[in-house]
Amino acid sequence: MGDKSPAPLILSGRVEKGTVMEKAIRKYFPIFALPTLLAFTIGFIVPFLYGIFLSFCEFTTVTDWSWVGLKNYTKIFVVNGTLDTSFLHSMWYTALFTVVSVCIINIMSFIIAMALTKGIKGTNLFRTVFFLPNLIGGIVLSYVWLMIFNAILQNFSKTIVTSQWSAFWGMVIVVCWQQIGYMMIIYIAGIQNIPGELIEAAKIDGANAWQLLRHVTLPMLMPTITICTFLTLTNGFKLFDQNLALTGGNPGKLSQLLALNIYDTMYGTSGWQGIGQAKAVIFFILVAIIAVVQNKLTTSKEVES
Amino acid sequence: MAANKEQVSTVRRAKHGWILTALFTIISILWISPILVVVLNSFKRKAFIFRYPFGISANKITEGWSEFIAGTKNLFCGTLNYQNGLKATNFLSCFGNSLFITVGAVLLIVLCCSMCAWYIVRVKTKGTKLMYTLCLFSMIVPFQMVMFTLSKFANMLHLSNPLGIIVVYLGFGAGLAVFMFTGFVKSISLEIEEAAMIDGCTPLQTFFLVVFPILKPTTVTVAILEAMWVWNDYLLPSLVLNINKYKTIPIAVQYLKQSHGQIDWGAMMAVLVLAILPIVIFYIICQKYIIEGVLAGAVKG
Repeated sequence: MGDKSPAPLILSGRVEKGTVMEKAIRKYFPIFALPTLLAFTIGFIVPFLYGIFLSFCEFTTVTDWSWVGLKNYTKIFVVNGTLDTSFLHSMWYTALFTVVSVCIINIMSFIIAMALTKGIKGTNLFRTVFFLPNLIGGIVLSYVWLMIFNAILQNFSKTIVTSQWSAFWGMVIVVCWQQIGYMMIIYIAGIQNIPGELIEAAKIDGANAWQLLRHVTLPMLMPTITICTFLTLTNGFKLFDQNLALTGGNPGKLSQLLALNIYDTMYGTSGWQGIGQAKAVIFFILVAIIAVVQNKLTTSKEVES
Repeated sequence: MAANKEQVSTVRRAKHGWILTALFTIISILWISPILVVVLNSFKRKAFIFRYPFGISANKITEGWSEFIAGTKNLFCGTLNYQNGLKATNFLSCFGNSLFITVGAVLLIVLCCSMCAWYIVRVKTKGTKLMYTLCLFSMIVPFQMVMFTLSKFANMLHLSNPLGIIVVYLGFGAGLAVFMFTGFVKSISLEIEEAAMIDGCTPLQTFFLVVFPILKPTTVTVAILEAMWVWNDYLLPSLVLNINKYKTIPIAVQYLKQSHGQIDWGAMMAVLVLAILPIVIFYIICQKYIIEGVLAGAVKG
């Protein structure tokens, strides 16, 4: 025993202890894992799988389904031989809304974050103020802005739902106001993580402010930019509360984003639940594609750095 | 070194620093002005809210001081809007529901998901691996995908009350929480737990006396992220809860519009102020944790 080197002994001991521990913990499965597993099954797994199943059925509630195959999916686009463009409309309307809001939110929050990392007086107070709207929920926030918008627009005898474009910009302003503070916080953390030596070195080499931004700050911030872009992207794509409270899809369903369009199909028209569920499946696939692309991008970035 | 450098750059910027400070002071006031306007309007007579949305008097100041004061007295109506708003929404009971559901859901999620995450990391079987993958997967599924089936199942299982919806929140919120907890548990070294077990702790004692205290930073993050979600959530409770009996604050605000067809803007302003006030107070008290939590959540999510 004494001749043996101590390393394998400790190693084997550890492995044994590990398995003993694992066995002991495993006995406690009903206490540790079962409650979450049950709730997860009720709250996610079953509704998700059953939702996919129901998208191939005609139904008004979960028990009275009858199989109709792909009919729901074709009915999204063609109803009784005529083309229904409402889903396609909200698809490109959502895409446009998402692109515009992603650009504005990221550019604005980046500029604010740059200014608030210069060490000016009152930085903490400004940060607090900018972040505040993020904590207020979409519904409450939208009624605050509905009042402001309509108070201003009444001078031109208009309301926020006069056209789909006033509704569009109204929603853009609301989500910008809500999310700029949030993204600003992430950008500030990113900027503060850039090593000071790098900036000093670039300055000594004679880089001007623009070169510093273009060749040092932005490249170093790429991981942060990726995170913020995808956060705003999925937020924009899944936006519901603000849409419901601010415009309700008006005028005439023209300002419906995808999430509200699905909700309206499912609960607005009796007998259309199957089509709503089919739309939801397509919506899920779109969101999943975005998430997978994001995952690919962030992991490849991590490997690089 | 770093501190010194920071000072240098501060000194260098100080020349123009006050311009930025002044600029941001103005922007900050503009930034919260929508809330300030709502607070102001919540005290105005409802007939005047859209006639004088941004002013403080029905008369112009050029008409003379006494006219201006009379106009102000005419414009404001004290706490009348608040009385109407409280009555129309039954606000106190909504606040109670929101508070109960949020606190209950956050406590349950933190407790169950931290335990489950520890189990998943420490017991390595195909089952736990599958569960972890499913949790990750659930994070990318939009709520619209499950809303119909979930709300019907919740009805069938008699979960349409504040106590039941907490279970639904545990189910639908488990993905994020388990993901964040497992990330942290993986970084804890086994030795501490082994030592506790050798000293005769049961797995339960090991978890609550040793592991759970170490998890505290992640617990705070998870609690804040889930609390922000649950408190502000509209769609899930509006579909799952029995709306005639139980409303949360976002539902009460939304239904203030629908029940009258047209909006009673006086009551609406007052209710909005009442809905925002608790959030602002909570934010001021827990600011540090909220910002840290959001940051940790964003980077990991």
